[in-house]
Amino acid sequence: MTATPPLFEIDDLQVSVADKQIVNGLTLSLRPGEVHAIMGPNGSGKSTLANSLMGHPRYTVTGGDVHLQGESVVEMSPDERARAGLFLAFQYPTDIPGVSMINFLRRAISARRGEEIPVREFRQVLNEVLGRLQMDEQFVRRYVNDGFSGGEKKRAEILQLGLLQPLVAVMDETDSGLDIDALRIVSEGINTFHSDDNAILLITHYQRILRYVQPDHVHVLIGGRIVESGDASLAERLERDGYEPFMERTTEGVLSS
Amino acid sequence: MTTAASEAPVTPRSEYEFGFHDDVEALVKLPKGLSREVVNTISDIKEEPDWMRRLRLKALDHFNARPMPEWGGELGDIDFNDIHYYVRATDRDESDWEDVPDYIKDTYDKLGIPEAEKQGLLAGVGAQYDSEVVYHNIREDLEEKGVLFLGTDQALREYPELVREYFTTVIPANDNKFAALNTAVWSGGSFIYVPPGVHVDIPLQAYFRINSEDMGQFERTLIIADEGAQVHYVEGCTAPIYSSDSLHSAVVEIVCKAGSNVRYTTIQNWSNNVYNLVTKRAMAYQDAVMTWVDGNLGSKLTMKYPAVYLMEPGAHGEVLSIASAGQGQHQDAGAKIVHAAPNTTSVITSKSLSMDGGRSTYRGLLKVYDGADGCRSNVRCDALMLDEHSRSDTYPVMEIDEKKVDIGHEATVSKVGDEQLFYLMARGLSEEEATKMIVNGFVEPIIKSLPLEYAVEMNRLIELQMEGAIG
Repeated sequence: MTATPPLFEIDDLQVSVADKQIVNGLTLSLRPGEVHAIMGPNGSGKSTLANSLMGHPRYTVTGGDVHLQGESVVEMSPDERARAGLFLAFQYPTDIPGVSMINFLRRAISARRGEEIPVREFRQVLNEVLGRLQMDEQFVRRYVNDGFSGGEKKRAEILQLGLLQPLVAVMDETDSGLDIDALRIVSEGINTFHSDDNAILLITHYQRILRYVQPDHVHVLIGGRIVESGDASLAERLERDGYEPFMERTTEGVLSS
Repeated sequence: MTTAASEAPVTPRSEYEFGFHDDVEALVKLPKGLSREVVNTISDIKEEPDWMRRLRLKALDHFNARPMPEWGGELGDIDFNDIHYYVRATDRDESDWEDVPDYIKDTYDKLGIPEAEKQGLLAGVGAQYDSEVVYHNIREDLEEKGVLFLGTDQALREYPELVREYFTTVIPANDNKFAALNTAVWSGGSFIYVPPGVHVDIPLQAYFRINSEDMGQFERTLIIADEGAQVHYVEGCTAPIYSSDSLHSAVVEIVCKAGSNVRYTTIQNWSNNVYNLVTKRAMAYQDAVMTWVDGNLGSKLTMKYPAVYLMEPGAHGEVLSIASAGQGQHQDAGAKIVHAAPNTTSVITSKSLSMDGGRSTYRGLLKVYDGADGCRSNVRCDALMLDEHSRSDTYPVMEIDEKKVDIGHEATVSKVGDEQLFYLMARGLSEEEATKMIVNGFVEPIIKSLPLEYAVEMNRLIELQMEGAIG
């Protein structure tokens, strides 16, 4: 396992939003088959990290690098990253009125594959993933995220994850706003997707999703950098003690840097 | 006509595919300029009844007397003395496609017009080339039921009383400056009469083509749906790209008698050296339904506000419009609905796009007369800008003189959102593909009301226009 080269490497990443540095030198390495969880309190840079990994134009990478399968992605546009196999499950998916889910999904899956997916095959995989997520077929007739409930939006993200089969999935607070049943279905969707060939980066505030999706590594993000890494038990410690004990440590760290 | 702008080369809309022209000598081409003599000559050529000649001359006086409208687009560059008011390429209006002169046939072949008829997608086809209708044909079974579909000139020759009964009853000669101009020099256009209770189940189509340089096309269309009749008419328009501008100033009058249902669909794709100044109006009587579907993609300046006058209880009027303005274009389009009777209903849905420095204006009027109680109306106009240097304005005017009415109004102006683009791009769509998808979604409510083949065409034209504007 240790001999496997990393699938996704974040190396000393620094990110600014409107000239304010939010991510302060973050380093992380994901090997195929691994699930990493990044946990952090509000304002620790979780969403900035997620969006900048996908190449959101509002976030500027001011230092460091990100490699997917050995190739740097920081100069790539979001669509190039997606086609290369990177995926972001959005915390707040945007609605696109007038564009049907089915049309959008077919375009997206064709873009990811680099060729048009035949209609029959598309139907087949679509129905399979819909069934797994206990979603009605009529769902894909609706406009993209338009009028979706919070739970439907998250499920639609997992539907895309299942269809697009990325190499690395960054899940930005996928558990927020879900009731316990929806959380279980969404988690099952993530687990079904997960294989020895891909890697998952779960970004979350709470520990509860980690009961369903078992992480190999847990990292604590505070002040835009990782202050502690460990195994699944670290998440339990956070649940018990909160982020407080780690906060002091970063202040020192930031001050001394 | 030459304009100040013509000194600089006209920038064609990217990939405007109908910009070619035929190099042919016209059979008849009146010298440039507008005068009583020109009007008389047109009337002479057409061997018209005297009432029509008098009407034309009266309309010319109205035209000369009226000032240029100053509230809409920039009209100052139009030089009325630099236009050919009548250009005729052939001396016949054929009903057999094979008899149409080859060069004209080639033009329409390039435009794909006879194909739809061959495939049985249309109940009838008309084609106008410059000033005259060159082809009209209608399915035999409809003809047997008494449906008339022919050039307006031909109708005036063959059914003078029918034409006289309705001509200018919906849009009087003095309605506005350009309606007056059209009445003075009109030529061509379609005449449709559908007898009581007859349903024309698939569309009748007309295709308007300006070929000559510096010319004005002034077609005159008159549609009469008798009681309980039903008809859908579709028109398409293209023109070559010349360095000087052309003028298209049509008048369309529609009479929807009790219980009738008329739908009029326009997909206007003039090259962007054409001034498109059109007056379209329908009168809808008891329980009649009138729908305008208006797509404006081409032209330099379009000023067009399809109107429905709801004259008797139960009448319903609807305007669905899409306008898309690219580089050097101004689409000043909208709708006008007049509730002149109680318990009438209307819906206006407008979607306008602007890109690449283009300008879209929604201009609408909703009028409810005192006493027209129980009226319901819903107006929705949305504008989408694709970039920072394009422009979008909305002028929705409401004059409501009756209290017991139910009026809804909603207007939005937005830019293609960064978050929407990022979302689609994060799924692998290129910026161009993502923008197209957002735009397609924006116009979707109108597109889905079009017959399939027109919906496809409309989407294709919008995409073509966008290709120059993005990336």
